Amino acid sequence: MNQQPQQPQLPPEYYQRLEEIQAIDFILIELNLYLDTHPNDQEAINQFNETVKKSIKLKMKFDIDFGLLINFGRGFTDCSWEWNDTPWPWQV
Amino acid sequence: MWFYEKKLLYPVRVSTCNPMLAKFLLELYGGADGELAAALRYMNQRYSVPDRLISLLTDVATEELAHLEMIATMIYKLTKDATPDQLKQAGLGEHYVNHDRALFYTNAAGVPFTAAYIQTKGDPIADMYDNIAAEEKARATYQWMIDLSDDPDLNDSLRFLREREIIHSQRFREALEILKEGQ
Repeated sequence: MNQQPQQPQLPPEYYQRLEEIQAIDFILIELNLYLDTHPNDQEAINQFNETVKKSIKLKMKFDIDFGLLINFGRGFTDCSWEWNDTPWPWQV
Repeated sequence: MWFYEKKLLYPVRVSTCNPMLAKFLLELYGGADGELAAALRYMNQRYSVPDRLISLLTDVATEELAHLEMIATMIYKLTKDATPDQLKQAGLGEHYVNHDRALFYTNAAGVPFTAAYIQTKGDPIADMYDNIAAEEKARATYQWMIDLSDDPDLNDSLRFLREREIIHSQRFREALEILKEGQ
């Protein structure tokens, strides 16, 4: 790792919104693994579907405000190819 | 195929530049009970287990790659501002002379990763027991890592990862029961 240029300062809102997404997605990851071994738990399935809606909503807004989280088939890029843009996850 | 999402599974912060903690963390990166070993172990087993267990192996393997990225982030942040002398003091002189501060898949003692650490037996019961053991060994390694670390920010992320190993172990124990029921 050679010395990296300093990252531009990110607004506090970036961290807050990212953590909101991380928290929602944690619920999804946890329910995902649980449902792999408990595929008939209707309550967990309902919670999964409800949480998916929340996650999609947060991410679509994040994509618009801070750049694409996924480069494949969910968000739209603006006039420059914003997937190239920093920060990458280890830079924040 | 896989998609990449430009975020960590859980936030990683470190309090100070601390290359010695980075050296210890290599055990969880390219060590026998580290995240690379875990991801590769489960990924291979998908092709020789009953259909009922393929989703679990796929999803745990994928999560392990997200853990690997968290460990990489920790090592990166703990070493990026270290001088060569600080790296040497921390026991990373041998790493620096070969890799600068670049990441490399070794354990804490500098031994390169090898596929000999892992196994795919082709016997789902044997593989599931192996997976439970792998998760318990990873959990123990996280505990020893937390015991060595005095960085409260780092320990927050390490505790998250330790808990995940407990969950994975639990899911693999359930997978074992599913296999036994199917016999």
